[in-house]
Amino acid sequence: MVVVQDLHKNFKKNLVLQGLNLNIEIGKTTAILGPNGSGKTTLIKIILGMVIPSKGEVKFNDINIKNNWIYRKEIDYLPQIADFPSNIKVIELINMIKDLRNKPAKDQELIKYFNLGKYLNTNLGNLSGGYKQKVNLLLTFMFDSPFIILDEPTSGLDPISLIKLKDYIKKEQQKGKTIIITSHVMNFVEEIANHIIFILDGKVYFDGSLKNLKTQTNNDDFEHAIANILRDNNV
Amino acid sequence: MFKILKYSFYDLARSRWSYIYFLFYLLLSFVLLFLNNDLSKAIITLMNVVLILVPLIGTIFGVMYYYNSQEFTTLLMAQPIKRQSIFLGQYFGVACSLSISLFFGLGIPFAMYGLFQSAVVLNFIILLVTGVFLTFIFTALAYNIALSNLNKIKGFGYAILLWLFLAVIYDGLFLIALVMFQEYPLDNFSLIGMLLNPIDLARTLIILKLDISALLGYTGAVFKSFFDTNKGFIISFLMLIIWVLLPVLRIYLVSKKKDF
Repeated sequence: MVVVQDLHKNFKKNLVLQGLNLNIEIGKTTAILGPNGSGKTTLIKIILGMVIPSKGEVKFNDINIKNNWIYRKEIDYLPQIADFPSNIKVIELINMIKDLRNKPAKDQELIKYFNLGKYLNTNLGNLSGGYKQKVNLLLTFMFDSPFIILDEPTSGLDPISLIKLKDYIKKEQQKGKTIIITSHVMNFVEEIANHIIFILDGKVYFDGSLKNLKTQTNNDDFEHAIANILRDNNV
Repeated sequence: MFKILKYSFYDLARSRWSYIYFLFYLLLSFVLLFLNNDLSKAIITLMNVVLILVPLIGTIFGVMYYYNSQEFTTLLMAQPIKRQSIFLGQYFGVACSLSISLFFGLGIPFAMYGLFQSAVVLNFIILLVTGVFLTFIFTALAYNIALSNLNKIKGFGYAILLWLFLAVIYDGLFLIALVMFQEYPLDNFSLIGMLLNPIDLARTLIILKLDISALLGYTGAVFKSFFDTNKGFIISFLMLIIWVLLPVLRIYLVSKKKDF
């Protein structure tokens, strides 16, 4: 379980997070939503220890993550934009990450699943955006950790790959994994997530199930429900 | 940390620039030895090249490598690795690869010209050791500058300025100070001023070992009496070590707090 308490973060004068409190429960798929620049990625990066909060604390399974790195062994993270070093080959990158994590990996299975076989010896700089995202997904899913964080997993994927991704995430859900997702594609969120956290101006605006959100906003359609929140707050 | 070091090292070992750097020293040493046919003279000429070029290349490589591997760094940050070991690993990877180019580039030609049978082995070793120290010092300084500047152009600018300052401007200021205050006793002032600049320190160390301290004139006598004792020698090496440790310590501290 992840517990976030009174989290503040500012980048110089830019206040990104202003007193965030939330819990992420084991075994659930939580979607973190919010308009552009609302602090979703910053929150995820703080949970991962990549950004240091100005105030407040994050506990991962009751352990404070400050100056700690061992807890990251439990987490698989999909970064937002696949910024890979451009002069190394796909297979080399996979082997390097495997070596660094020192954990059994199901890379062969995923190479087949995402049809990456013929690109293994291509330099990452020469891959198209969609294939980069597939490599990104492969690097994320190959370790089978109990905790998965996906930042915009759908970006750049074609419809077939998107269906494959959804199927894969559903399989992971059945294994009882805890998943955190951010996305701007509402159909995707509606299909995958069972808990919604809506962030606005660096604070939690809504925290509850999908059903609650619909009743609270008097809207049956998820996309419109979200749009309503935004409109009511003049975003 | 050692895994990161290994990958940074391999990455650089595959890059063209390490080989160009290595071949440059190889060629330079061969040409110098061929023309001089005298190991000791070749060492003196090489010293002048090494003292300017090693800091310059260390600075540029350090900054360039940091900015080039930024994407890779963010990828590593999400893995279960201590953040400090990512940066220290990369730093040692760059510094070691440059040092190895230097070591073999200078070492092979001299070894072939019969260095080990000659009396100047020790002088050559001093040249190599100070060269390696300068590599570690300037790569670390460059890494510090890059860590503190998000903007690549600014980072490069500051790094080049730092090199220019320590390699050229510092000596100028030093000289002006010596001329202006020539009526006062300047022994200790000049000694301290020299200890505070790694390039000057390295130069003095080599010159004194080469027994050409007459080149240093009046101050040479002061230095000689300081450096020729064991104490002076140890103090100057300690200074070089401190020059490596302080920037490395700062890399450690800054990388603990930086956001990505």
